[in-house]
Amino acid sequence: MRKLLLAVFFCLFVVGAAFAADDAIKIGFYNCLTGQNAFGGQLELEGVQLAMEEFPEVLGKKVELVIVDNKSDKVEAANAVTRLIERDKVLAIIGTYASGLAIAGGEVAEVGRIPVVATSATNPLVTQGKKYTFRACFIDPLQGAGAAAYAYKELGFKKAAILVDVASDYGVGLANFFKQAFANLGGEIVSEVRYQSGDQDFTAQITEIISKNPDIVFLPAYFAEGAIVLKQAKELGATFRFMGGDAMDNPEMATLGGDAIEGFLYTGFAYAPDMPDMNPIAKKFTENWYKKYPGKDPNANAALGYDSYILIIDAITRAGSAEPEKIRDALEATKDVLTVTGTTTFDEDHNPQKDLGILQIKDGKKQFIGTIVP
Amino acid sequence: MSQPSENKNPARNKAMTLIALALFVSFLWWAQSHLDGYKIRIINLIAINAILGLSLNLIYGMAGMFSLGHAGFMAIGAYVSALLILTPEQKVAMWILDPIAPWLPGIHAPFIVSLIAAGLFAALFGCLIAMPVLRLGGDYLGIATLGFSEIIRILITNLTPITNGPLGLKGIPSHTSLWMSYGCLLVVLICMTRLMRSNFGNVLRAVRDDEIAAKTMGVNTFSTRVLAFTMGCFGAGVGGALMGNLITTIDPKMFMITQTYSLLMIVVVGGLGSITGSVVGSVLVTTMLEWLRFVENPVTVGSIQIPGVPGMRMVIFSVLLIVIIIFRRDGIMGMNEFSWDRFFSFCGRALKERGAS
Amino acid sequence: MELNMFMQHFINALGLGSLYGLIAIGYTMVYGILRLINFAHGDIFMLGAYFVFFATIQYKLPWALGLIIAVAGATLCGLLVDRIAYRPLRDAPRISALISAIGVSFFIENISIVIFSGMPRPVVQPPALMRAFSLGGVRLVPLGIMVPVISFVLVGALLWMVYRTKPGLAMRSISHDIETTRLMGVSVDRIIALTFAIGSALAAVAGVMWALRYPRVEPLMGIMPGFKAFIAAVFGGIGSIPGAMLGGISLGFVEIMSVAFFPDLSGFRDAFAFILLIAILLIKPTGLMGEKLEDKI
Repeated sequence: MRKLLLAVFFCLFVVGAAFAADDAIKIGFYNCLTGQNAFGGQLELEGVQLAMEEFPEVLGKKVELVIVDNKSDKVEAANAVTRLIERDKVLAIIGTYASGLAIAGGEVAEVGRIPVVATSATNPLVTQGKKYTFRACFIDPLQGAGAAAYAYKELGFKKAAILVDVASDYGVGLANFFKQAFANLGGEIVSEVRYQSGDQDFTAQITEIISKNPDIVFLPAYFAEGAIVLKQAKELGATFRFMGGDAMDNPEMATLGGDAIEGFLYTGFAYAPDMPDMNPIAKKFTENWYKKYPGKDPNANAALGYDSYILIIDAITRAGSAEPEKIRDALEATKDVLTVTGTTTFDEDHNPQKDLGILQIKDGKKQFIGTIVP
Repeated sequence: MSQPSENKNPARNKAMTLIALALFVSFLWWAQSHLDGYKIRIINLIAINAILGLSLNLIYGMAGMFSLGHAGFMAIGAYVSALLILTPEQKVAMWILDPIAPWLPGIHAPFIVSLIAAGLFAALFGCLIAMPVLRLGGDYLGIATLGFSEIIRILITNLTPITNGPLGLKGIPSHTSLWMSYGCLLVVLICMTRLMRSNFGNVLRAVRDDEIAAKTMGVNTFSTRVLAFTMGCFGAGVGGALMGNLITTIDPKMFMITQTYSLLMIVVVGGLGSITGSVVGSVLVTTMLEWLRFVENPVTVGSIQIPGVPGMRMVIFSVLLIVIIIFRRDGIMGMNEFSWDRFFSFCGRALKERGAS
Repeated sequence: MELNMFMQHFINALGLGSLYGLIAIGYTMVYGILRLINFAHGDIFMLGAYFVFFATIQYKLPWALGLIIAVAGATLCGLLVDRIAYRPLRDAPRISALISAIGVSFFIENISIVIFSGMPRPVVQPPALMRAFSLGGVRLVPLGIMVPVISFVLVGALLWMVYRTKPGLAMRSISHDIETTRLMGVSVDRIIALTFAIGSALAAVAGVMWALRYPRVEPLMGIMPGFKAFIAAVFGGIGSIPGAMLGGISLGFVEIMSVAFFPDLSGFRDAFAFILLIAILLIKPTGLMGEKLEDKI
């Protein structure tokens, strides 16, 4: 019996070794495939996989994607990156949705000296002071400033209120950038009220805002709470409009919020399948997406996953080598690379300067209004 | 109990302790250079959880005060330590929400000093909280301390100029090595054993077992409890500081009530009132919690993939907690401590049985 | 503050507070009898909300039937919790039962995440309950009036049961002296089970109304309302049923009015609830309407 087992193990080992010998270029992918952010993580994975089908090889070698789930959990994110670097020996990493997770993972990659391209982590601290971390998306200050500019200049709103989750770094960050930008433009913040993640009753906060009579309320929430806020606001007879950030971009918004989300505005990445005048790569992405995943709409997260992969492949091609250090240097020098969400050039903090998309819920569906440069 | 009178063979026992210590030190030395980062992290975590478990055990097991506020005191320790060791440049760059309090960037201290400060701050808060709430007994105390721990968390979330609010602190310079965490654990262990063998330890047990009797014997039960609570909070502060330093990033959400629950699990599994128990509990619970992560990972057997079940880990964890409390309420060690005499008599018995069969 | 704004806040507070009160009754009854904080109570409330969600949204049953299913399901769960996790520990130190309660609460939360997934699910409200109208400048929906009314009717029924029926007498008797009651031939375990059943049923009703009011269900939705309701029970005087309701409504008012009068401090809203708890424990540990409970030695 023991001999038989040994033989089996030996065979497995040989087969495994044969596969390992195939010198593919290994790229790691960690993201929220389960847990509370699974929606965004899944779409980003599908975006990466689509890009991989289009660009399966680089420098004449096959690219192999090692996928690890971070379960939307900080500790798991750090573990996932440790695993990718130490066990799977990947040369570059893509991931992840949610800034907190990207920061936890980035710390590990920094020590392991492996370049990371974050997909949709928008907090400035994700790349600040980091040598090996880059990102495909814009950052929160741009989002806050863009929302303020759109509300003030395009819509002509002069009085804004803010309703923010104090326990969410994303929400507090966006709220502050919005507040500064709106005040700089000459607008007035008439009320700023707060709640805590997990709260379900927002009636007191909304009633307080109603009494201050603003033109628009900035609500940088995640979709689950945001939808409920909109619902309670409708119930209480609020007539002002609401505006949010990219975390509200979720199909669940409509099911949670029902007709209360009608007219809701939010900022997002400059991609939507129905957007007018797409760049060529966005067109190609949209076409191929519908071929690969018929009946399912692509969104900005899928586009960012796709972009992250393209940025890494582009860097490896320019570096002419798949050594992590060289990939990092090439990534840093990325200039005017055409990606789905606009052209990408990294500034000194490894952030791309990108256009901001403005979206609106109309007839229960999201509608791309246009892009603005704040 | 490891009372001195039970010590049958002091020379042998001392030698055995030294040998065990030397073996353990060489294990750490080996681990440091041979194990990967992930495993070293878990070994570190065992020491830190043991410190935290011991400090909770002092409050709950030894002094009989049901406290559910440990996470709050850990948070205080973690923040104090992190704020002291972050460099001024890091601090200025990190406060992107609200401007940093002007006096904060100038404050800087070496890691060891920051650990002691973390403990002292947590102890100070603990003492302030203990004064009013320790008048309450039993579960009321538990609820009041839980309330305080939540208040501390909400304060940290809202006091952005000092704590950076929900964003937390990142990039904390890492100083937690195996030597550091096990050094701290050793100090805590020595202090705890000394304490429990001292007169204060006896008083503490008396207060726990029968407060009224202790009172009639002239013990100031209130100040005894306040002192024990304060010392426990000191341990929580140090443990929290080490934990934050190990992970290198902290935020208010790390210190929710679930953090207290896992410490409670360590203390209950090990045995309430047993120092050895808390250490054993920490080893078991920490490794089990890590090991259970595999339950959530997809397993591939041949070509069939069994998907992982997210959340299963905590389900198993909670079932174990219930099973232990129902079927083995005293935990692994009960109120007993490890001693070489017990160890040898146990080995002797085991050998005899083996020879007999 | 203008009067109509104040009235709006008043209505909001009454709605929230009466839900807290309804959950608090389960805590107060169990504590009055067993001196046990039933940490799992908030999770029974969550299960009630999920049951009605599945019945009405997934399987398209009418709401009335959904309510019955939720009450029956939650009652069953409450009984199971008592049977499995608390009854074996009746003679154990109280702290053991408390740890078991924490374990059960943790278990229900996590098994719900496994079964229902962590994603929040939307509850579609019956439009008839949501038809908003204005009354003297105050916005109202029928549901907002129904919630406090139903809560008060249920409390009235419960008070009648506790003070006018035999099982009620047995309950009060157990809360005074469990051993003597047993000696008098009362089946103590059965009465305790009845207590859990009533508490869970009320929690389920609260869960259904909560799901209608804040139309979303998720596995961790019971934690905060559970804590708050416990605070309400302590505030009102633990062991007292009218006290639980009074405590719930007071807490609702403290939360809503703290935001209304100090909007700058709205980030501390949850802290106010805990401060209220600690204050009452220090000033009057028996709560507003509680009698002195002897610590059982």
